[in-house]
Amino acid sequence: MKTFNKVFTVLVFIFLYIPMVVLLIASFNTGSDPAVFKGFTFHNYGELFRDGVLLPLLANSCILAVLSSLIATIIGTMAALGIHNMRPRKRSLYMAITNIPLTNPEIVTGVSLALLFAFFGQLMKMQSVLGFTTLLIAHITFNLPYVILSVMPKLSQMDPDLEDAAMDLGCNRRQAFFKVVIHEIMPGIISGALMSFTMSLDDFVISYFVYGPKFVTLPVEIYNYTKKPLQPKIYALFTLMFIVILLVMILMNVLQSRDYKSMRARRQALNTQKREGTEV
Amino acid sequence: MIAAKRNLFRRLFAGLCSGLLLAALLPLPASAEENSINVYNWGQYISDGTDGYIDVNAAFNEATGIKVNYMTFDSNESLYTKLKTGGSTYDVIIPSDYMIGKLISEDMLEPIDFSHIPNYRYIDESYKNQPYDPDNAYSVPYTWGTVGVIYNTKYVDAEDTGSWDLLWNSKYSGKILMFDNPRDAFAIAEGKLGLSLNTREEEDLRAAAYQLIEQKPLVQAYVMDQIYDKMEREEAWIAPYYAGDYLMMAEENPDLAFYFPKESFNLFIDALCIPKGCQNKEGAEAYINFLCQPEICGENLEYLGYSAPETAAKEYMDPEVTGSDIAYPAEDVLSRGESFLNLPVEANQMMDSLWLEVKTQGGTDPYALWCMIAFVAAVLLYLAASRIRRKRRIARRCARWKTEENKI
Amino acid sequence: MKTARLTTPYLVWMILFTIVPLGIVIYFALTDSVTGQFTWENIARISNYGPIILKSIWLALLSSLLCLVIGYPVAYHIAQQKPSRQHFLYMLIMLPMCISFLLRTMAWVSLLDDTGIINNFIRALGLKPLPLIRTNAAVVLGMVYNYLPYMILPLYTVLVKIDPRLIEAAQDLGCNNGKTFRRVILPLSVPGVISGFTMVFVPAVSTFYISQKLGSSGTTLIGDVIESQFKAAYNPNLGAALSLALMVLVLICIGIMNRFSNGEEVVTL
Repeated sequence: MKTFNKVFTVLVFIFLYIPMVVLLIASFNTGSDPAVFKGFTFHNYGELFRDGVLLPLLANSCILAVLSSLIATIIGTMAALGIHNMRPRKRSLYMAITNIPLTNPEIVTGVSLALLFAFFGQLMKMQSVLGFTTLLIAHITFNLPYVILSVMPKLSQMDPDLEDAAMDLGCNRRQAFFKVVIHEIMPGIISGALMSFTMSLDDFVISYFVYGPKFVTLPVEIYNYTKKPLQPKIYALFTLMFIVILLVMILMNVLQSRDYKSMRARRQALNTQKREGTEV
Repeated sequence: MIAAKRNLFRRLFAGLCSGLLLAALLPLPASAEENSINVYNWGQYISDGTDGYIDVNAAFNEATGIKVNYMTFDSNESLYTKLKTGGSTYDVIIPSDYMIGKLISEDMLEPIDFSHIPNYRYIDESYKNQPYDPDNAYSVPYTWGTVGVIYNTKYVDAEDTGSWDLLWNSKYSGKILMFDNPRDAFAIAEGKLGLSLNTREEEDLRAAAYQLIEQKPLVQAYVMDQIYDKMEREEAWIAPYYAGDYLMMAEENPDLAFYFPKESFNLFIDALCIPKGCQNKEGAEAYINFLCQPEICGENLEYLGYSAPETAAKEYMDPEVTGSDIAYPAEDVLSRGESFLNLPVEANQMMDSLWLEVKTQGGTDPYALWCMIAFVAAVLLYLAASRIRRKRRIARRCARWKTEENKI
Repeated sequence: MKTARLTTPYLVWMILFTIVPLGIVIYFALTDSVTGQFTWENIARISNYGPIILKSIWLALLSSLLCLVIGYPVAYHIAQQKPSRQHFLYMLIMLPMCISFLLRTMAWVSLLDDTGIINNFIRALGLKPLPLIRTNAAVVLGMVYNYLPYMILPLYTVLVKIDPRLIEAAQDLGCNNGKTFRRVILPLSVPGVISGFTMVFVPAVSTFYISQKLGSSGTTLIGDVIESQFKAAYNPNLGAALSLALMVLVLICIGIMNRFSNGEEVVTL
């Protein structure tokens, strides 16, 4: 059973990574068709940096992701604090609202926002509603639930008396809040922010319905690219992103395992000390 | 859960770092500069500097200092949708004849100030005052061309070619591509049936739609710009498309050939227009004027392979291109061509809904239905069974307790 | 408490950009595209798309089930490793999710095409090329590939939390491996199964890109129809009606799935 699991897992990993390998190889191909390897070249990378079409779009995506996750984190954290102190009934109402964007298919969210903006545009007799603002609104909207869902558990884990304790120890209300409560739920806030960041960096479906010509994000442009004759520079961009993400992940992994090891070493040292202490 | 959170956290942090790293590598995004225009054009429809040809947009920027935000659409219908949904502004668009007519009739175009476009004089008289824009107030011709059939000589027998029937030939099932827009697709069916390409009779349109539905099982995909890729790689063997694009494809794959069907086919003019709500009309007019400059027009169209509406531009083009009987067909071939006219609203709606029927046809799959029913039934059965089992288990446990209590 | 006021921006935001848009979807679904008058016609037209809706559900269900069958052993295997190895494997599962799914699907296209990598290979061996792409199986493959991590991650989250002492206890009490799995591990992982299933099913049922690229001209899914209503044939009213239908459908499916969990807490990633 165990060997079966192991072999199966390896197979699944191969399955997951085959397309990556295809894209990786395609980025070094002189021809534009990934299926026929014509020769090795770095030309696609040169092209990527030279024509400067895709890289600014990546920057666009990053700016949008940073802004939307930042705003979503602020509004979401405030809301989580508020919801945490609510009566159960009101609270479940709020959680139901939070769940709407999560359970809705992305295409429905995209369509509904597109209709809202079109409606608003007609109302205001405005010609160009779609653009950066609409993208930002859409991204904040789908990011908010993620922030709330990662902050809420931290709040319920927090000791409710902590705030009072801080005030007893001489903090005023504001100090108690910022020094204790925010500090306590910080991991939740950060993980919510990061999650929104990746979500909005990667989002295609919703952006596809609410983007305007003046501000295009990378995934949307990749979609437009896949409707055109293939341009291998897109594979070059993929390869670069893949390598960066891989390096960062490996780095985190190494750091964490070192952390883990040092923690274990410390614990062991503590244990031996204790044992020695008892023996003495 | 906590472990998972930490992992998630790690993953997210990784995402953030990689994003920031990449962002740091990049130049700042092009912020909205003062003087820029939004150009919305067909895909693969401007010389962009590949293969040593002119980069038109860069040349324009150099000549005038106006920055071009260039975007592409893949059919007249998606252009129309984009304009209609509002929400976005463009300064220059390049629709085809019938769409220009439709846009004019719906008051979606801005009249062009021709005093800003001195190069308009180079346009040949025969391309001015076309039926779609009789007073020539809204449009300046960009190119003209024809629709024919592209096929791969390696796989397609020569005796099968010559008419639209090739696209209905079951011998090549799964290797045929088709236009992904109603107007061009219907025109082919209408041509095959010998109808006018501008028919507005419901009967005719239904007959054409029936043809398309009949053809559907043979069609590999409904595509526009992807035709390039699929034909060059020989993933597909037969496709109706614009003659100019064939010339570009043939450079990549010399096995491709082209013919004008013996029935009627579409003859089109694509023209530069300024949509209502444009934000830089002067820039737009400068752009149009720039494109009409014979030198630019010649170099641009030599790359595109489409036919030039300016005789003066031909001087700047390779004589081999201007002598091609595909880009500039003989009179007797051209006489079979028919231009699209703007259809009345009812005919358009009819066509749209019939097209949707064509596209969504064939989703019926009795097998899927049965599998679904079986699955749902299994789920319900499982739910019912587990409920009964639980009840029984509880009952048994209660009974056991009772007997034990009694014993005590 | 003052904190109640903190929710105001959130509430206003969600009403403006979640509830009002849904209201507008309903409004569009119930009005005529030309006259703007009230009509049931759009809703009535949904029935024309019955077969397409059924097909979407069927393919999405099939791929969710396949994801479950493939994902469970993997999640189980990962959960049994040493912590440092767990983190590494977890990262490997995450990594493909950080890459645009459009590109990954394109890679599959170039693998499966008639002139693609696999068929070129088969041809090089002198065999007859296989019809791989433009089949329902290719669409299911695309869905399974793209959404498999969404199944593995919640499953792993649940499985790693299971106390190994419970399994030992079961074995001590005479359960063999199969019975331990059936009576202890499986019931404890139900929340993960449910949340994984929903996380695969919802995007799979509404996808439009995968079916466009990997499916044939006959594999039109409900997502494709909605997309084409907004992006090609401009009929937002019919599109809104179809979106509404899709939403209701997903809600029903989630409702059914939650019946399985007996009201236990459902894991979200």
